[in-house]
Amino acid sequence: MSQASDTIKLPLTFDTAAAESLAAPLSPGQLAWRRFKRHRMALLGGVGLIALVAFILIGSVLYTEKYANRNDVVHRLEAPSSGHYFGTDSIGRDLFARVIYGGQISLIIGLLSVALALLLGTTIGGLAGYYGGGLDSILMRFTEAALSIPSLFLLIILGKLFGSEIPTLRLMGRTFSGSVIVVILVIGLTSWMYLARIVRANILSLREMDYIAASRALGVSNFRILTRHLIPNTIAPIIVAATLGLANAIISEAYVSFLGLGVQPPTASWGNLMDQSISLIQRGVWWMWLFPSMFIVITILFTNFVGDGLRDALDPRRKV
Amino acid sequence: MTTYIVRRLIQGVFILMIITTVSFGLTRLSSDPMAQYTLGRISAEDRARIRKNLGLDQPLPVQYFKWLNLAARGDFGYSITNRQPVSELIMQRLPQTLVLMVTAEVVIIALSALLGIYSAIKQYSLFDNVLTGLSFVGFSLPIFFIALTLMFIFAVQFKVWGLPYLPTGADVWDFKEPYELIRHLVLPVASLAIIQVAGYTRYLRSSMLEVLSQDYIRTARAKGLVEQAVVVRHALRNAALPLVTLIGLDAPTLLAGAIVTETVYSWPGMGRLFWQQAGRGDYPTVMAILLIVATAVVVFQIITDVAYTLIDPRIRLS
Repeated sequence: MSQASDTIKLPLTFDTAAAESLAAPLSPGQLAWRRFKRHRMALLGGVGLIALVAFILIGSVLYTEKYANRNDVVHRLEAPSSGHYFGTDSIGRDLFARVIYGGQISLIIGLLSVALALLLGTTIGGLAGYYGGGLDSILMRFTEAALSIPSLFLLIILGKLFGSEIPTLRLMGRTFSGSVIVVILVIGLTSWMYLARIVRANILSLREMDYIAASRALGVSNFRILTRHLIPNTIAPIIVAATLGLANAIISEAYVSFLGLGVQPPTASWGNLMDQSISLIQRGVWWMWLFPSMFIVITILFTNFVGDGLRDALDPRRKV
Repeated sequence: MTTYIVRRLIQGVFILMIITTVSFGLTRLSSDPMAQYTLGRISAEDRARIRKNLGLDQPLPVQYFKWLNLAARGDFGYSITNRQPVSELIMQRLPQTLVLMVTAEVVIIALSALLGIYSAIKQYSLFDNVLTGLSFVGFSLPIFFIALTLMFIFAVQFKVWGLPYLPTGADVWDFKEPYELIRHLVLPVASLAIIQVAGYTRYLRSSMLEVLSQDYIRTARAKGLVEQAVVVRHALRNAALPLVTLIGLDAPTLLAGAIVTETVYSWPGMGRLFWQQAGRGDYPTVMAILLIVATAVVVFQIITDVAYTLIDPRIRLS
């Protein structure tokens, strides 16, 4: 639909590029990429995020995790210097290395908890929107109830619920605190509500479309209609919500870990690097919270830029 | 309208039922209130007796309905950790939280209105561009970053530099002393305000711009109204609608958003109480705070809807 209106406009301009694209119509994906490229801040955000991931990957090669977790009490609470670029923490661990390894954990938590929220949100929103009726009212009341508790309260209770006995995990030759899984679950379980609402609203209008009626007439199963027709057609708002959800998940991780209910040391995360900063700030220690929070802020800014760009790019009504 | 409010209230009660059921289950499962009794040497019989006295030996659903029955009449029971009535515990903290919340909300609304309107009137001016950029950044800042930065600059470094400094909140101070109260309020209020103002200004600016381009604004100007009257009486009243929704939804969550701020500034409020007591498995206190916050959210939503009709008479509630 959008493709047609875009290509029809093109003959009005007389440059060769237009003629070429007339010859080979652009796919919706290519059109979206074009619109995304126009969005300078989004491009900057994308490049920034890639640079950030590259920084963390290269850093992980240069510094071992053992080094990041090594105590050195003699050199505790040292201000940034050429030996420790970001200074050292209260038991002398190198903060530069910990920010790198904390970044791994924070980004993984962000991505996986968004994946969980996506799964929950699309399932609940999809079922409510498609089946309607009693199921819809029950699911939506439940969603409203979940929205009526500010998420930090839920995060604290759930963090406490799952966080009482945490085994350590071994994965690819590394040991992680099991609290990483807890935090992923907790954030995922508290951030699906907006997605569910968006998906439901979209499916409510989509299910009245003729092609859905046609599918039904052909005897396509409900499951297939939902997964093959309805959900793929709401993919644009889902992608945007997921991108912005990533920023929120990273903030949420930082909040719970900052409050001491999140990722447990020695596993580093951007949030738990700061958990002692309130007491240490009185003694003039600034590097312990400034560097981790700068990384959080940068990640969130870039992610929001990308999210904004995607919102514009994935809206087929916008012209290139 | 009355039927609408009644219907919403009934829905609200239903939602609160879901919330209390789920959170009661979660809170009770999350930590054993008996855990605190392991410190002292207590015999197994005594433990069993305490458990029975606290009603913890009954099945969870029974415990829930007992709790609900009392809570519905305003009796939240006793705190598990210090045997104080929960209502007393909360009444000690609620005023502090309200002082912080109301002050922050007033500052937030006043500042966002001023900045949003000014930046819409002076669209694409230097001021507008700087503000739009700043608000995007401010919107993305986590509250602990703002709170810690402000504290480091104005409380820690100002003291080091010998300038008049603000307290970090970790000191002992008298809440009833107005001068002390204001000194302690400045930084937490500023922290809470920066994020919210950034968000609200963005919304108000864009809705002001939309309204200012309408025909009736041109008409108002054409009939010779002073610019101030055009902006305030004609434009702002219409542009404020989306902001009212936002404030109505956000105001009660300030109770929660204040958890981090209250923790950073050692503010003796309800958010910090929640965080402390949740860690100790004190479910009566935790449930009471949750119920208060959730009720506030539900009630504020209804108030917001009613406020719509006052601002915009075209909207009818049905």
